[in-house]
Amino acid sequence: MDFDRTAEYAAHHGEEEGKKMRKTIWVIFWILLAVTTAEVSLGLVWKDMNFAWTFVKWTFIILTLVKAYYIVAYYMHLKHEFKNFIYAVSLPYIVLVLYLIVMALTEAIYIHGEDVMM
Amino acid sequence: MAGHANTVDTKNLWGGGFSPFNVSYGKIMMWFFLVSDAFSFSALLISYGFMRHRFEETWPVAEDVFTHFPFMHGDHPLLYVALMTFILIMSSVTMVLAVEAGHRMKRNGVILWMALTIVGGLIFVGSQAWEWYHFIHGTELGALQLADGTIAQWIDSAKNAFVLPDGTEFSGAAAAAMIESGKEIYGANLTVNEYGVPLFGDFFFFITGFHGTHVFSGVVINFIIFVNVLKGTYEKRGHYEMVEKVGLYWHFVDLVWVFVFTFFYLI
Repeated sequence: MDFDRTAEYAAHHGEEEGKKMRKTIWVIFWILLAVTTAEVSLGLVWKDMNFAWTFVKWTFIILTLVKAYYIVAYYMHLKHEFKNFIYAVSLPYIVLVLYLIVMALTEAIYIHGEDVMM
Repeated sequence: MAGHANTVDTKNLWGGGFSPFNVSYGKIMMWFFLVSDAFSFSALLISYGFMRHRFEETWPVAEDVFTHFPFMHGDHPLLYVALMTFILIMSSVTMVLAVEAGHRMKRNGVILWMALTIVGGLIFVGSQAWEWYHFIHGTELGALQLADGTIAQWIDSAKNAFVLPDGTEFSGAAAAAMIESGKEIYGANLTVNEYGVPLFGDFFFFITGFHGTHVFSGVVINFIIFVNVLKGTYEKRGHYEMVEKVGLYWHFVDLVWVFVFTFFYLI
């Protein structure tokens, strides 16, 4: 049945290593929980504390990327894969984000229907 | 296996006989599927951002729309969706613990953690259904859709005065004529939305609906693999990589929610 030789690449580890991995898993869980709590509290208090919306918005985006990093790197184990595989998965998104930034900076004026030729 | 990397001639990695990624075929394909699936979600969120800026003045604030919490009265902005986020993170933890138990070939561990993951997933889908119900149902007061399509909010339950999105208030005879030509609306669907532009409802239904479909199919796939674990299929096979593969899918669903949570509910 194992025509694609999955068994050769399937990961195994012992009790000792498993203990360490479980510890990492729970540490990441507390990080994710702390970041989410921070996001929600910021969402609830920023108006009363008179924070600037731009600051709040970018804090949300950066905290989201932090959470995404921990999920992909540790829970999805990507950090411990071969480097060429990490690039194969992440490069398309790096290119997409760069493309979106260029679009937002150069083409975003069309959004309200202004005629830039005038 | 890690030992492989040392025994293989790195110059000839692509020559065959060894996976250049040191990952099995099935896992690579799961990853590439997730890469492409994430592009679908990116497209939805990007178009959401675009339209939101386009209709900035009349776009409802998610915080003011999703304020319900089960068994509690009054306004509780963000609380319910924060709970949903917590449930999904929690089920991601149980999933990764199931994968870890699989690496040690501990069948009972895999059974326990996978069962908890499935329960977490079902609670999340249920929560989403509850939120949809409240969004479709709307508020008790409803809103007034004027003849030109503008959504005006009632000032009080007497329903003879209303306020436009730009803050202009109408009452008395001027209001009465406009109320006459407009119509009362409650809740939201694909064509009307008492909270503001209908597009907001469309994006809400499509983005959370697309994500909810993923959660639901994730629960179904998890359940199938769970049954296989119970039957001892992977014990016989000698490895629990199937659990790892569905785990990747499940974490991806969690990952997408992290982005939906930020871009739909927080920002």
